[in-house]
This record gives sequence, C-alpha cells and structure tokens, in this order.
Amino acid sequence: MSDEEPLLRVEDLVVDFPTEDGVVHAVDRISYEVNPGRTLGIVGESGSGKTVASLTTLGLTRRQGARISGRIFFKGEDLVTLPEDRLRKIRGDELAMVFQDPLSALHPLYKVGVQLTEAVRAHRDVTKQQARDRAIEMLGHVGIPDPARRIDDFPHEFSGGMRQRAMIAMALINEPKVLIADEPTTALDVTVQAQILALMERLQRELDMAIVIITHDLGVVAEVADEITVMYAGKIVERAKAERIFTAPEHPYTWGLLRSVPTVEGQTWGLMRERSGTIERKELVPIQGSPPSLINPPSGCHFHPRCPYFQPSHAESEPPLEPVPDDPDHTVACFVHSEQRRMLWANLRQGATPQEAIETVGAGDGA
Amino acid sequence: MLRYIARRLIWGVVILIVVCALTFILFRVLPTANPAILRAGRDPQPRLIKEIEQVLGVNKPLIVQFWEYLKQVFFHFNLGYSWYSDAPVSELIFERLPATLSLCLGGAILWVVVGLGVGIISALRRGKLADRAAMVGALVAISAPTFWLGIVALYLFAAEIGRFPIFPGAGSYVSFTQNPAKWFGSLILPWLVVAASSAAVFARLMRGNLSETMGEDYIRTARAKGLPEHSVTRQGVRAAINPAFTAFGLELGFLLGGALLIEIVFNIPGVGLLNYHAIRSSDFPVVQGTVLLAAMFIVLMNIVVDVAYAYLDPRVRFS
Repeated sequence: MSDEEPLLRVEDLVVDFPTEDGVVHAVDRISYEVNPGRTLGIVGESGSGKTVASLTTLGLTRRQGARISGRIFFKGEDLVTLPEDRLRKIRGDELAMVFQDPLSALHPLYKVGVQLTEAVRAHRDVTKQQARDRAIEMLGHVGIPDPARRIDDFPHEFSGGMRQRAMIAMALINEPKVLIADEPTTALDVTVQAQILALMERLQRELDMAIVIITHDLGVVAEVADEITVMYAGKIVERAKAERIFTAPEHPYTWGLLRSVPTVEGQTWGLMRERSGTIERKELVPIQGSPPSLINPPSGCHFHPRCPYFQPSHAESEPPLEPVPDDPDHTVACFVHSEQRRMLWANLRQGATPQEAIETVGAGDGA
Repeated sequence: MLRYIARRLIWGVVILIVVCALTFILFRVLPTANPAILRAGRDPQPRLIKEIEQVLGVNKPLIVQFWEYLKQVFFHFNLGYSWYSDAPVSELIFERLPATLSLCLGGAILWVVVGLGVGIISALRRGKLADRAAMVGALVAISAPTFWLGIVALYLFAAEIGRFPIFPGAGSYVSFTQNPAKWFGSLILPWLVVAASSAAVFARLMRGNLSETMGEDYIRTARAKGLPEHSVTRQGVRAAINPAFTAFGLELGFLLGGALLIEIVFNIPGVGLLNYHAIRSSDFPVVQGTVLLAAMFIVLMNIVVDVAYAYLDPRVRFS
C-alpha cells in the first residue's frame, strides 16, 4: 500500500435502516480502499451488507431512510456528507455502478440507446447526435455486434450477456474512475460470465480504473481481484491479497466459503485451482446454519453460532480486525489463536471435516 | 397485427349480437305494457290493437322478430323506427349524440388527467397529508353511486337550488354550436360527477403502480447514472402508466354507464336521456338502438386500447 491517498477510501462506514421490526444494522464499521488499476473483491453471503455498502458509496441508500455514519473519501471529498446535487454529478460520471440482474436493471420501455445517451447527457454538455455516436462507440467497445443498429433495440431484444455488456457500456460511457460491480455475472451462464469478466479487465486496463467487485462467488474474485475483503453480517471478517485468501485463509467463515465452492469430479473449479492449489476434498461442505438477523445480530463474534471452533468466550465481545503475524496487509477478526488457525486450515485443506481437524489439532476445548 | 385486429372485430360483432339478444329478451321478459296498447289511445277496440300489433310486428313469434331485427341492423345498418314517434332511430340517436359526446369526452379527459395527477402526487408523497386526503377522497368517490353524487352536487352547487350556487344546474345544457361558453359552464358539474369515480379508480391504481415502479431496479439504475430526480420520476411514471392504460378500456364502460344516468339527473338531452324515455314508453327499437350503440362504442374502444398497448409496451407482440 502506498502512502498516497487512495482513490476511494471508506472509513468506519455504518449503515443502519430503521424499520418497524427494529434497526437493521446492514453495514457495521467497515473500511476499505481502492486504487487506480486495482480490483477489490468484496465477498459474502446474501445479506452480509456488501451491496448496501456499495449503494451507500453512491448515495443510493439515502432516500431509503438509511442512517449513515463514517466517511467515504473520493478525491478529497466526503461522499457521506456531500449534498445530494453534488453527489449526483459524481454519480454515473466518476463513480459508476453495474448491477446484478441486467434485465431488471434496464428500463423495459426505453430503447437501449436512449438509456445510454441519457447517461452521457446527464453529465456532458453534448448534442443528441454526439451522445448517440458515443453510445454506439461504447456498445461496439463492449462487444455488441452491429452497434449502430442494435442501439435502437429494446432491452428484451438483447440476450442476457448482451444486456450485461450494455449495462457495462452504460456505466463506463463517461469513463469513470471507480466502477462498482455488484454481482455482475450472477445472472449469466458460465461461458458468458468469463467473457464479461475478461471485458471488465480489458476496460480496466484501458481506463486505469479502480474496480470494486461484489460477489458471493469465489470463482469470480479468484479470476479478477487483487485484494479480497470477506464480509459477514455487516462486518469485515477478513481482508488480504487475493492469493492469501486462497492459500492461507485465516477466518473460519472464509474456510467455509472456500469449502462450499462446487467442484467438478473432485477438483476445485479451474479458475480457483490455479490460485489456491488443490484443496483436497470429496464433497461439498456447506456452512452450517443461515446468515444471522441484522436486527439482533449474535453477541460477540457474529459468526459464532455457525462456527465449528466456537468457544463460550467468543460470544462475549467482538473480535477486532487485526493483522496476522507474518503479513501486515492480511487482517482477520477471529478469537481462535493464529497458531491453531493455521493448523486447522492445514487439516481442512487435506479434506478433513471441521470435527476431525479439531481433534487432530486439539483446538477447541483448551483454546 | 391486421389479422389480430380482424379477429378482434369479428369477436366484436359476436358480442354485439349477444347484446342484442340480451336486450331483446330483457325487454320481452320484463313486465312492460304491450306497446300496441300504449299506442292505441284511450279505450281502444281490440281490432285496433291487433292492427297496431300487425304494423309493429310484435305479433310474430319472438325468434322471427329477433331475426328480422338482426337482419335490418347488420345487413342494412337500419336500426328501425321509434314505436313512439315513428322517427328513424338512427336519426334520434344522431341528434342526441353531441350532448353525450360532450359529456363523455370532457369527463374522460378530466378523469385521466385528475386520476393520473392525483395518483402520481400521492405515490411520491406516500403517507403525507396530501396522500391521505387524496385517498380518503378517492374512497368516497369510488363508493358513492354516480347518480347520488349528481344529486348531491346539484343540491350543493346548482345555481337555482344549491347551497353554494356557483354552477349552472340541471336543464341548463346548450349545444356547443349555440353558445360555447354556456355549453362549458353547463357541463362543469356533470363532468366532475361523471369523472369522479373513474378518476378515483385511476388515482388509486396509479399510486400503487408508481410506488411499485419507483422501487424497481431500473429506477436505481437511473439514479446511479446521475440523472436528475425529475427524469428518474418520469421513468417511473412511464412504466406505471401501462397497467393504468389497460384499465382504461374497462373503466370507459363505467364512465359511459355513469354518463347515461347523469344525463337523466342533469336533464342533458343526450343518448342516455333518450334511452331513459324510450324505456319508460316501451319504445323497444330506440332502447335496442341506444344499447347497441353503447356496446359498439365499448367494443371498439377496447380494441383501440389493446392495439395501442402494443405501442406503449414494446414487449407485447400479437400472436
């Protein structure tokens, strides 16, 4: 990490939604930063707060009655306190976002071209024709064949992959500094996923853009991310260089995620295997239980009800996000001793179940 | 597309025949007086009644009467002659049409503009005072029968009898060609009354639709693009209008029904009043003609609405 101010720096961001059932603590004191040309992956289950965090960056949770605190620095300005009209000028221009389901994220009754040109004209003082030319150029750039003709199609006339390409074209049409991509490939089939990821990487190089990619799919971040942040119940539980997440993960939740990625004939999925080496295992191991309520999150470590390595003391206070002994850039929030964590992971990698790992390492009772 | 319209038109004709049959049956089944007796004057000779029955054709078997009527209507476009005044039914209707059109057209414009406007404001200010007031008003307007609303409106606002005599009341209608200003003034109250329930339906529909579309992903996308809020709202409204438009064809029937009653309440010399008098004097050809005209209008408008929908929503394809 350089000493220079990062392009986008999120600091102690808290997003609460008051509801009739109580306050939903969607995002709880998270911090991260991204730099030009780099990709940050934010990984977590549905409801872990990853989407809310990024929508908040663009100010899109404001009108949902969110209570927001913390700071989001972008080019020296704090986006949390920035007035709406100034934030609107940044949104879609220097900060852009690609959404999960391109069919529902595109307006069904407007032509693709109209939806692209309005993005240009919201920020640039250009004629309709200039905006249209730019839209055609951009559609061609993201790989839509015959863009001069397809620009007058409606979204339903595009295939799923083309729709996501159009979404990306729309987000990048003003050459943003930061692109936030929320599950950009989830709604697409696997071959198209790879194309879209490759497209994003190419455009990132061309524009020297920072990308924040939000996903539940470790295969996707394995492909593109330089750095990975793992979120659970609104908090960051682990954060490291991408390689470290796959070779030396420290948090039991991250282990669970890694072990619940589907494999083909006993192998981990190709993309991940390149990075993580082999994780020996015979079957899918799901994480027990389900994500916790964000209104009344579990006490102490929020993961404790689902953690195989849980000790009663873990429910008393929240674990701080601290660097691991040998890598200051790798931080983790876990009460299990780092020695024990390493041994546990070594066993899990060999294909042991959590129970077997605990017995071998002798962790648990004595920790 | 043309095949679709052709198919819809053929179905429309079938519906009109069914409407004819229903009116025909209703008129015969309900205890109306024998039209021949009504026409025969005081203390008629039975022979005279027979003669009149012969002239009107009401002594033939019902099925033959019905068939002859259909033949005239569908093959000769002849709606017959009034049993009461011997005038051609089409002429009677044609004379009365401008008043009814004035009432319906103005009512429809008011209905759509007010309905959509109130619905949009309500949706954007959900839960606020304006929204609550509008929705209470809408509930009243939907619940109240049109003729009752008309009577209340006269009681409150009519120039002659009203508590607040600010608008011309019943019987003040003059045709547009005679005096446009008076025409407009005389129709203000009827328009308001006729439009009320449809506008209320539309307001509630639009409020629900817009609240829903403003939560859609594409609205979030529009905001993420940095569009100003009025452009974002416009995109929401654009999507919310389609379902309301579908309801337009249906609601038009209610409007027409209401308008016919309001013509009676406000004594506007339109097709509704013609129909009312025809029913009272057992003047079957006129009843049948007016009903048929109303049915034809509804059928045609629904085809227009459905075809227009294809232009409003590009995802709709006719097959």
